[in-house]
Parts: sequence; structure tokens; C-alpha cells
Amino acid sequence: MTETALDWHAEVFATLQAEGITQVCHVPDAGHSRLIKMCEEDNAMSTVTCTTEQEGIYALAGAYLGGAKGVMLLQSSGVGNIINALAMPNTCRIPLLMVATMRGEWGEFNSWQVPMGQGTPGSLEAMGVRLIRVDNPEEVPMAVKAAARLAFDGEQMVAVLISQKVIGFKDFRELAK
Amino acid sequence: MSDLHRRDLVIELLKDRPKDLLVVSGLGSSCWDLANAGDVAENFYVWGAMGGAAMIGYGLARAQPQRRVLVLTGDGDMLMGMGAFATIANNPVQNLAIVVLDNGRFGETGGQPTHTSGPADLAGIAKAAGIPTTATIAKQAEVEPLKELALKTPGPVVAVVKVVYEDLKFVLPANSGSYLKDRFRTAILGEDAA
Ligand SMILES: Cc1ncc(C[n+]2csc(CCOP(=O)(O)OP(=O)(O)O)c2C)c(N)n1
Ligand SMILES: [Mg+2]
Repeated sequence: MTETALDWHAEVFATLQAEGITQVCHVPDAGHSRLIKMCEEDNAMSTVTCTTEQEGIYALAGAYLGGAKGVMLLQSSGVGNIINALAMPNTCRIPLLMVATMRGEWGEFNSWQVPMGQGTPGSLEAMGVRLIRVDNPEEVPMAVKAAARLAFDGEQMVAVLISQKVIGFKDFRELAK
Repeated sequence: MSDLHRRDLVIELLKDRPKDLLVVSGLGSSCWDLANAGDVAENFYVWGAMGGAAMIGYGLARAQPQRRVLVLTGDGDMLMGMGAFATIANNPVQNLAIVVLDNGRFGETGGQPTHTSGPADLAGIAKAAGIPTTATIAKQAEVEPLKELALKTPGPVVAVVKVVYEDLKFVLPANSGSYLKDRFRTAILGEDAA
């Protein structure tokens, strides 16, 4: 894990709060683990662990029907699980905010992550999702704020894609030694 | 074998519809059943999103904890989204009931048998996933208790109703998703929501 002076997880959490996000759905990714913990510990955030990412897209669409704003936290491989579900926010013009941690791009050691990681931007764009890519930790909170505005004020589906450069190299072979 | 007919059943369920009830219907036949029973702004018809109806209702129930949410959907839709049982049971809400209109068929696509025509038992799966109140209903005499389960019993509730497989007339509600969304939100949140 790359250590940075900035605690971007805490700043992203504060940004979500400031933007009025009350519903959090996720299938865990290591890159989101601290943010998930903060959401779970906050009573004003309603946090749901999903068995598959498409559940989260549907739950957030339902929450919006009921007047609540939410965020989906997922890993790039999870993007593969939500493609058809995106038809609902797309055709209903339901705002959707997603924060995805990227795998399979920058220095990936696990070849199984590469196809969906490399396919993530193209798949999301094909379904009409606007992308905001982030390559360094300092930019993550502002990117999430910009994405929340574009989603909820602009009535768009928006994904912040957090580069593997922010999360750091992962290599289980090192850990297995 | 059941002799319950879905159209009559849905009319019966919603006969004295409580004012605060919100209804989400899964794709296909369930939407036509709901439209047939009375088209109101507090209905949200899911025209697609197969596998999603239960979670849409669940998200709505989380956002509107003071109101009862009823999901009406088919066995095919529910089979595609069975993980929802585990997710909902893991983080339960009291104001949600899911009623599966189980005709044992993929009705809209030509009536191919679903897994519930085979060995799968959706109420059993829901129970094993941790849903506290589950039931399978197949007789007219059980329709009154079903109303209680759908509208009053603290949730989450999953009630599977065995219904006759039949070819029914289409009763189509509006199909614009963005219209239905705005209509629904305005009805429950006020004009400012649009
Ligand atoms: C992802 C996806 N796969 C397949 C279909 C085609 N499809 C439309 S309706 C349907 C069957 C739905 O069955 P069920 O929910 O039991 O509805 P009913 O029998 O009440 O009509 C299928 C397979 C689809 N719309 N979406
Ligand atoms: Mg069916």
C-alpha cells in the first residue's frame, strides 16, 4: 500500500456526507476498505453489503425513487456485474454515483483482473456512464464531489475511476514469501 | 396444484389499498397485473431490469422507512436475483414485503418452465437466506392471511404464491421510465422532487 500524507478515505467520506449521501452499497474491495468502515460506523449512513454489484445499482435506484441519494463502491471487476442493471438508471434518468477502484491496469500482477479492468472504461461508456479518472490521491475527494454534482444535479450516471497508482501495487507473491 | 389466478389475486390484495402503500412490480406479467388492479402514481412498474425488482423495493423501503413497500414479481425475476434474499436478511427492514407470483414459467418469453417447476423452492431459499417470515400460498383460503403478510406483518416478508399459468391480456401502463420515476417521486416527495 502506498502511504500518503493525505487521508483521502476520510476526505472522501466527508465529501459524501457534505453532498447528502445517505445510502452506501458495496461489494468490498481492499482499496475501499477504510471508507467502507467509516460508512458502517456512521449512523446517518445506511450501508449495505451486496452479494453482487447489480443489487447495489437496483437498491440505489429504489432509494432515489424514495428521495435518498446514494453511492456504489465497487472494484473494476464488479463493473462487469452491473451492465444490464445500468439500463434502469439510464432510461429512467436516475442519478447514479459510483466510485470504482481499478485493477488490471497499472502494474497488475493477477492476469485474471486484466480483461475486466481493461474493459471497464469502454463498458461503462457504452452504457452511457460519464467517467472521471483519478491518478493521484490528492484529487480523489474533489473528483468525488464533482461526480456527485454531475450525477445528482446533472441527472447522470457517473463513475469515479480510481487508478491503481492511487491504491498501490498489489502482489500476493510478496506476501506469500 | 394451485387454482389461484394472478389477476384476481392482485385485485384482492390491493382492494382497500392503504394510502401510504408503495408498490414495485417486476418485469412483464406482474406489471400488467398491477396496472390492471388500478394505475396510481404510487406504483412503480419495472419494465426491464430482470432480477432487480426485490432490490429496487428494498432500496425504496430503506429510503422511506415510514411507508410500507410491496414488491410484486415473477418467479423468473426472483430466481435471477436470489442474492437479494441474503442481502435483505443481512440488513433487514420492517416495511418490505415481496410477493412472488409463481406460475412456474418464464411467462413473457413463451412459458418455458422455470426452476420452480422443477425442484427449486423460492420460499425455502428465502428462509435459508435468513428472511424471518416466509410462506408458500396455494389456496383461496390462504388469501386473507396473504393480505396480512403483504400489507401488515413486520418485514422483511417473502410470500410465494403459486398461481395458474395462463395467457392473459396485456394491460399496459405508461412505459417511459423517466415519466414513471418523476410521477412516483412527485407523488411521494412533492413537486420539488421533479
Ligand atoms: C436479463 C434478461 N434476460 C432475459 C430476459 C427475457 N425475459 C423477459 S421476461 C422473462 C421471464 C420472466 O419470468 P417471470 O418473472 O416468472 O414472469 P411471468 O412468468 O410472471 O411472466 C425473460 C426471461 C430479460 N428481459 N432480461
Ligand atoms: Mg413466472
